[in-house]
Amino acid sequence: MILAFLGQLGDAVQFIFTKSEGPGGAQVGGSQLLPLLREHLVITAAAVGIATALALPLGAWLGHTKRGSFLVVSITSAGRAIPSLGVVFLFFAALGAGFFNITLALVLLAIPPILLNAYAGVRAVDPEAVDAARGMGLTGRQIFGKIEFPLALPLIFGGIKTSTVNVIATATLGPLAGVVTLGDPIINPSSYGDAGQLGAAIVVAALAIAAEVGLSAVQRALTPAGLKLSEQAASRRRLLTIPKRRIAPTP
Amino acid sequence: MSTRRTIPALAAMLALALGAAACGGNDNGGGGGSTSPTNATSAEQPAVIKHNDANSKVTLTVGSKNFTEQKVLGEIYAQAFQAAGYNVKTALNLGDEKTALKALKTGEISGYPEYTGTALLSFLNVSAANLPHDPAEAYDEVKAGMAKQGIEAFTPTPFTSSNEVGLLKKKATELGVTKISDLKPKAGQLTLYGSPECRTRRDCLLGLEQVYGLKFKKFVPVDVDQRHQVLTSGQADVSIVFTTDPQIKRNDEVLLEDDEGMFPPYNSTFLVKKSVADKAGPDLAATIDAVNKNLTADVMQELNARVDLDKDTPEQAAQAYLKQFKLIPS
Amino acid sequence: MSASLPFVLAQADSGFFRNRSGQSNCVEDNGFCPNWIVHHLDRYVSPFWQHLFLVVVSVGIGFAIAFALALAAHRQRSLVSPITQITGILYTIPSLAFFFLLLPITGRGNTTAIIALTAYTLLILFRNIVDGLDGVPDEARDAGRGMGLTQRQLLWRVELPLALPTIITGLRIAATTTVGLAALATFAGAGGLGDQMASQKEFISNVAVGGALCVLMAVVLDAILLVAQRLLTPWSRVRAA
Repeated sequence: MILAFLGQLGDAVQFIFTKSEGPGGAQVGGSQLLPLLREHLVITAAAVGIATALALPLGAWLGHTKRGSFLVVSITSAGRAIPSLGVVFLFFAALGAGFFNITLALVLLAIPPILLNAYAGVRAVDPEAVDAARGMGLTGRQIFGKIEFPLALPLIFGGIKTSTVNVIATATLGPLAGVVTLGDPIINPSSYGDAGQLGAAIVVAALAIAAEVGLSAVQRALTPAGLKLSEQAASRRRLLTIPKRRIAPTP
Repeated sequence: MSTRRTIPALAAMLALALGAAACGGNDNGGGGGSTSPTNATSAEQPAVIKHNDANSKVTLTVGSKNFTEQKVLGEIYAQAFQAAGYNVKTALNLGDEKTALKALKTGEISGYPEYTGTALLSFLNVSAANLPHDPAEAYDEVKAGMAKQGIEAFTPTPFTSSNEVGLLKKKATELGVTKISDLKPKAGQLTLYGSPECRTRRDCLLGLEQVYGLKFKKFVPVDVDQRHQVLTSGQADVSIVFTTDPQIKRNDEVLLEDDEGMFPPYNSTFLVKKSVADKAGPDLAATIDAVNKNLTADVMQELNARVDLDKDTPEQAAQAYLKQFKLIPS
Repeated sequence: MSASLPFVLAQADSGFFRNRSGQSNCVEDNGFCPNWIVHHLDRYVSPFWQHLFLVVVSVGIGFAIAFALALAAHRQRSLVSPITQITGILYTIPSLAFFFLLLPITGRGNTTAIIALTAYTLLILFRNIVDGLDGVPDEARDAGRGMGLTQRQLLWRVELPLALPTIITGLRIAATTTVGLAALATFAGAGGLGDQMASQKEFISNVAVGGALCVLMAVVLDAILLVAQRLLTPWSRVRAA
């Protein structure tokens, strides 16, 4: 059985790197995957971009004014439980197939982590720093721009990172809405074969891991040195009793 | 996915003396010669599938492909086999025809309802020039061809459910098309929506490209369940639909005439691996014949409508069919 | 194909063919139809229990594994980082891809779904158990040692009870996310509410009910765990009063 699995793994890897004739007669695999990858990335970028534009200002403002904790927590909890499959089907049933419709569905799924992290990030800024700034005469807006936002940036970016990984995962459902992403060989294996199905699964997993690793590196780069040190001390402080940075699911 | 238990039949069965159906096929004897009244109140003698205890040693897993008509057919056969005394499991909604055939060959399922046309084009790779257009001929070719692969194709149904090119009536009038070949000059501005496997099937997009020379502006693969919704939502100019779809009448759709004869006949024939069929005994063929008798196009369309429009489950629709035609006790 | 059979055994009653000439109704239009929903809830019962089964088993097994790992890491701090890395990778792999990576080994069915869902919960649960234990105030540990408790007694009588709120928070998060993910189990052939939604995916009412039941299940599980936390940590209630 292990040998059989290794054999299939070998076929899958071959599928990823070489274009050949699939069971349906069309040429699949290898470079044929590139348009699928491109579509996948475009959808992800669009969805995360729009979600950030919507959720970041809202979350940051709520965190700054220290209001709306219940709202944020509720949206996050609901967002976790709502099945991504259901959202994709619902948008398809209501709006039909197409790039715009699935992107909208993905935006909805991408909002909760960004919202939560923006809120938590801004809110967690050391109140002493804010007081000091106020004492120096900075206005609310200046405090936000010069103090709160930069200090919250690592956490905010962590939310964007989580959302990106989530959306990469959910974009595999694209073919259900008529958009051909890397999920096509997984959901519609008839033209690609078993090797294609396994190969695409490997590529999607690799893409998600690459995004996580890459964006984590960026997140670390965005963290000021002083914050890194104080973070370890602050790990006891449980804001909203959530685990650090691991806020939302990868579907 | 579900396990059926055998249930003791309450009535004896009426023997089915089946002549050869007009579409050609097996000669079947019934399971016995006794006639017995059931709880029938109608004047005609009811045909009830006889429950044979000997069949309970045989387990049949009935599969189906992934659209409504297939699920209904799968349920009908599953419930009929169960009434005949077999131990029945179902594995419906497997996927497209290649997935289903693979499941059949590996033994994951015992049998599933395929279409003669699909078998000719997808399994036996008959070229467009050699496609038979007579349903009986089509069935004979499928029977012979599948037998070489160790698969038995049972007597086909009276109804045929062909792939067709469909549009909304107002779109068709707007374009001024009545035949598929009329699309040739206009295809470059039209979007076609079809199932994912449509891209590589010769009775679908590939065939339209090869036989009619159509080059659509865009092809969008969507789930086969959504073939009508894409038309009504205005997204698709053209969609691939099936002749037994109840939505055609409801949505005011038209089917373009297949003037080049691209589509073969599509009667449903139940495929079973020869070894499994032999083990199952003569009741298998007898039950299939009893079931197929009344599957006319009207009836099939009504059953599809019950599931697609009224949102009954395939199980309910199948049971209604079997009870209506007195195949199982009410 | 003509319908000219030698004979037809029985004619369909006129009632068999339903009257479809009427005007379009909500159900036929695939809309959101509360009346239909109310009368067809029985359709969702079996998928609901299947779904719940997947969630409870996955979170249960995930908790058992994470707990064992956390206890090991609690004693041997050097294990925290590698375990976090590995569970982190499992967490990052999209569940849908995970199902198909497992498919060649475990085939279609519940097993594949449960393995993938369990793997997903490990990071959340591991981190929360470790953080919970880390969060125990040193004074409490000192007091316990002062009372002569052994290492094991310290763990079970002092550290774990104090860590409980954080641990249960992790369970709540794991449970609610698994409810959402288990909808994808339909691709692994494991049934559940996702399966039910997919069976009539163009019918808005069906998808809406399936999704709503997922959210309902998550809310209920969350509440149950919260109540359990309150019951198991009576001292926090006293303090709040």
